[in-house]
Amino acid sequence: MNNVSNRRSPGKLYMFFRHNLGFLFILVWLIGFLVFRLYPFISSLIYSFSDFHLFNGTTEYGLMNYKEIFEDDKIMKSLSVTFKYTFITVPLKLAFALFIAMILNYKVKGVNLFRTAYYIPSILGGSVAIAVLWKALFRDDGLINSMLRIFGLEGINWLSDPKYALFIISLLRVWQFGSAMVLFLAALKGVPADLYEAATIDGASKPRQFFSITLPLITPVVFYNLVTQLCQAFQEFNGPYIITQGGPRNATTLFSLLIYKRAFQMNEMGMASAMAWVLFTIVTILSIIAFISQKYWVYYGDEK
Amino acid sequence: MQIKSYKKAQQVASFLKYVILIAVGFVMVYPLIWMIGATFKTNNEIFSSISPFTTKPTFDGYKAAMNDYGGKINLLSAMLNTYKYVLPKVFFTLISATLTAYGFGRFNFKGRNILFAVLMATLFLPQVVMNVPQFILYNKFGWVDSPVYLPLILPSLFAFDTYFVFMLVQFLRGIPRELDEAATIDGCNALQTLVLVICPMLKPALVSCALFQFMWSSNDFMGPLLYVTTPERYPATIFVKLSMDADTGFEWNRVLAVSLISIIPSLVVFFCAQKNFVDGISAGSVKG
Repeated sequence: MNNVSNRRSPGKLYMFFRHNLGFLFILVWLIGFLVFRLYPFISSLIYSFSDFHLFNGTTEYGLMNYKEIFEDDKIMKSLSVTFKYTFITVPLKLAFALFIAMILNYKVKGVNLFRTAYYIPSILGGSVAIAVLWKALFRDDGLINSMLRIFGLEGINWLSDPKYALFIISLLRVWQFGSAMVLFLAALKGVPADLYEAATIDGASKPRQFFSITLPLITPVVFYNLVTQLCQAFQEFNGPYIITQGGPRNATTLFSLLIYKRAFQMNEMGMASAMAWVLFTIVTILSIIAFISQKYWVYYGDEK
Repeated sequence: MQIKSYKKAQQVASFLKYVILIAVGFVMVYPLIWMIGATFKTNNEIFSSISPFTTKPTFDGYKAAMNDYGGKINLLSAMLNTYKYVLPKVFFTLISATLTAYGFGRFNFKGRNILFAVLMATLFLPQVVMNVPQFILYNKFGWVDSPVYLPLILPSLFAFDTYFVFMLVQFLRGIPRELDEAATIDGCNALQTLVLVICPMLKPALVSCALFQFMWSSNDFMGPLLYVTTPERYPATIFVKLSMDADTGFEWNRVLAVSLISIIPSLVVFFCAQKNFVDGISAGSVKG
């Protein structure tokens, strides 16, 4: 490496940057990428095949972590809980976001007020404070049960009943549909009005218009929201960690909670890495499926 | 006759729209309003009524919220700790993300396309995978429990949160290249062009980046959970979690008051700049 190249004697490195000036600007990112992402990424793959313990070091290499993952009932259950969580949260959240965006897309008075109100939970929702509030709402004597009692209904043990706890954790994320909604709203505004006029003249009903005009034209945003929300849902940590600590009876032990426990409470870095890689593989496969399936259902206007 | 019934149907439809919007709005905001009310109630009253109002408001919750935790840290010093790393992080992110976005958005160089693809791929790289090896790395560097929050701040010097790079590249596309060319003719070098011409045009995007980074880093829980272990250095997120664990079931007015105070800065920032948030989130999304 020619580290001492300077401006007066144009060394190889200097000439390289001269011709590739842009490279100089992205250098900060590239260094950060190599040190803080690529190196840890690759090293975690190596850790995953070892019994690396933070204090005791490594004694052997092999497939034992992966074997344990697929043989341990607790880990497999947590994996299925994570899938359940994702497939409750993502569709509900996107459906809500699209539904509200469509209503706001009509000429409604006070759009800005409504949009702000719907958006607040998205901005604050990730904070610990809101998770604490969620716990207060869904306690056995919390606000939700008090409301149910006013209507003469029995209260439900939302957080201590394994049947409901996961759903309540999901609801915290569904409640934060605001940012997905803002994206949908922007996309809906981009659908040309004359298409609807033409369809109305041709006698197309409202639902028909939705499925034949609106939905196809906003599929790029549906796709974007779907992939980002999937990624986010598979990594959910704060909600279950703060509200239920994974309980009751492991009903809300999402995979990321288990990884945290293995890595930072039991210091089993090798095992935790292997679990992280299993999760990563799942998310990657789902993303690849989404990307491949794009050509069957996502409509990009400039393609034609 | 037909026109009349059509009008009526329209009126019913628009009425229904408002009913739905208001009902949903209520669901979205009521928990927050109830939370504000609850902080002024006694502990007996909090869970006995669903109204946010109370006939006998008390400041007990707030008084208790200001108490020290284990004699080492209180809410205000925890909040101060939060902004000790949030503000540098915002500042460094703006600089490093702008430089990187400028490099990708305005220049051609060897390997540009491959590197940009790599950058985009990191957007989808789950942080869960990275937590363990990053912790081991920072532990090797001796950064864990650093008094100046090195593991939380330093990566932002290197455009670690690539989402912002992506967002700025999208914005850059909308700024005409003729401006750069004019600046070059006037004798600006690449860096001067960036600072004097591009940055002023990028200002709305930069404001959005700063706001989002501010919100996300103030809400960040996992980072401090892993990298801050000394109680004196706990940020607000950890403090809130601990104060809830300390007295679940007994002093909910205190717990909710602590929570509410901890998000006041975020709420103020949101209400001052809500338009920027909405604009920023739309601009960062895919455009084809």
